[in-house]
Amino acid sequence: MNSNKVLDAKGLACPMPIVKTKKAIGEIESGEVLEVHTTDKGAKNDLTAWAKSSGHEMLKDTEENGVLKFWIKKG
Amino acid sequence: MNTITGLNKMSPNELAQIVFQKEELFIIDVRNESDFNDWRIEGDKIEIINIPYFDLIDGVDPALDKIPNNKKVLVVCAKEGSSQFVAEKIVEAGRTNVFYLEGGMKAWSEHLEPVKIGDLKDGGSIYQFVRIGKGCLSYMVVSNGEAAIVDTLRMTDVYEQFAKDINVSIKHTIDTHLHADHISGGKKLAEKVGATYWLPPKDATEVTFTYEKLEEGKNITVGNTTITIQPIYSPGHTIGSTSLIVDDKYFLTGDILFIESIGRPDLAGKAEDWVGDLRNTLYNRYKELSNDLIVLPAHFGKITELGEGGKVSARMGDLYQKNPGLNIQDEVEFRKTVTENLPPQPNAYQEIRQTNMGKITPNEEEQREMEIGPNRCAVHDK
Repeated sequence: MNSNKVLDAKGLACPMPIVKTKKAIGEIESGEVLEVHTTDKGAKNDLTAWAKSSGHEMLKDTEENGVLKFWIKKG
Repeated sequence: MNTITGLNKMSPNELAQIVFQKEELFIIDVRNESDFNDWRIEGDKIEIINIPYFDLIDGVDPALDKIPNNKKVLVVCAKEGSSQFVAEKIVEAGRTNVFYLEGGMKAWSEHLEPVKIGDLKDGGSIYQFVRIGKGCLSYMVVSNGEAAIVDTLRMTDVYEQFAKDINVSIKHTIDTHLHADHISGGKKLAEKVGATYWLPPKDATEVTFTYEKLEEGKNITVGNTTITIQPIYSPGHTIGSTSLIVDDKYFLTGDILFIESIGRPDLAGKAEDWVGDLRNTLYNRYKELSNDLIVLPAHFGKITELGEGGKVSARMGDLYQKNPGLNIQDEVEFRKTVTENLPPQPNAYQEIRQTNMGKITPNEEEQREMEIGPNRCAVHDK
């Protein structure tokens, strides 16, 4: 899946993946896609809930070798 | 521990004391809404609100408005990091008496608090280990330097340390049934300390390891005095479920009978088959026993079931008067109550059963994840 920006949040513990995601999404335009990589398992529920409450769209998420990837479309 | 200024860490042990002593506490749970709705800290005088941490990253004003001025405040999250982050901001905003929970809900879920239930005739004692965050109860029967543990939880080091502290050696670990809500530590602990692991054979048809058969007529002796543990076959939650009478006085009912509810028959996928067994156990078998037995279940469902000092127990005769699950005279209505509109199943209950049979061996982190959430073993649990 294509993205306009990639955020590497691997190795960071909660709440940093979301703190950084929030900052990164502020740097792209509405309709563009942010790709987030993290190793924090809790990030899945939290990012999904955060995206929903902030009006962004979680397009897709994958998990491979302990790395979770998310594609979030800015609302 | 009264008014402390600045930011403080609260341990699960300190929180357990607040719950047991029914002290006041204001909790801000900063996990996401679905996790909060699924499972949260409860206590008699605990007030709790949910504001996800990601709504507090740019500022904690939404939380500040809701925090009462004179109360001790605890911020809670899944693991610790986010609660510390939020608690720091609350302190920076000038609030005092602010704490965050050490290890978060993960540590709370694993915390075990030993409570002495009473003495045995020949000088021994029985202890209840309250896993307050998940509602699991396990027991240690000690007599004359020996101990038997019933429904051992995964955190086996707690029992080992406790046994060491009171100078007893663990000789038996007993599971009243094959558990579906938590991973048993019985086999693991028995192997480590050279004890005998007991399990009802009818629950063990698929297990991959050796065990001793827990059956009626095979009493277990603790110490060289005559503290006996007498198994009573009492199917219904599982087909093998076996209750234990300790020292003719204490009645360990496993997941068959709780204080304010009864066990659910559906966690092995055989609700329809096992309803009759459950009915017979509760309305016939148990009725033949003394009303003066002290019932000690393997779970509590509601925080209101915690009595003095955190103890969860009740007299058998009182339960026959008050427990709604023991007062459904109509068999059809009973069947409906225990098979329809049941609460959701415990998290990962199928994988947990597989683990307890020895069929799969998840690592520690995976086991922890599997056990997240409440036990949900009673029919009346929400």
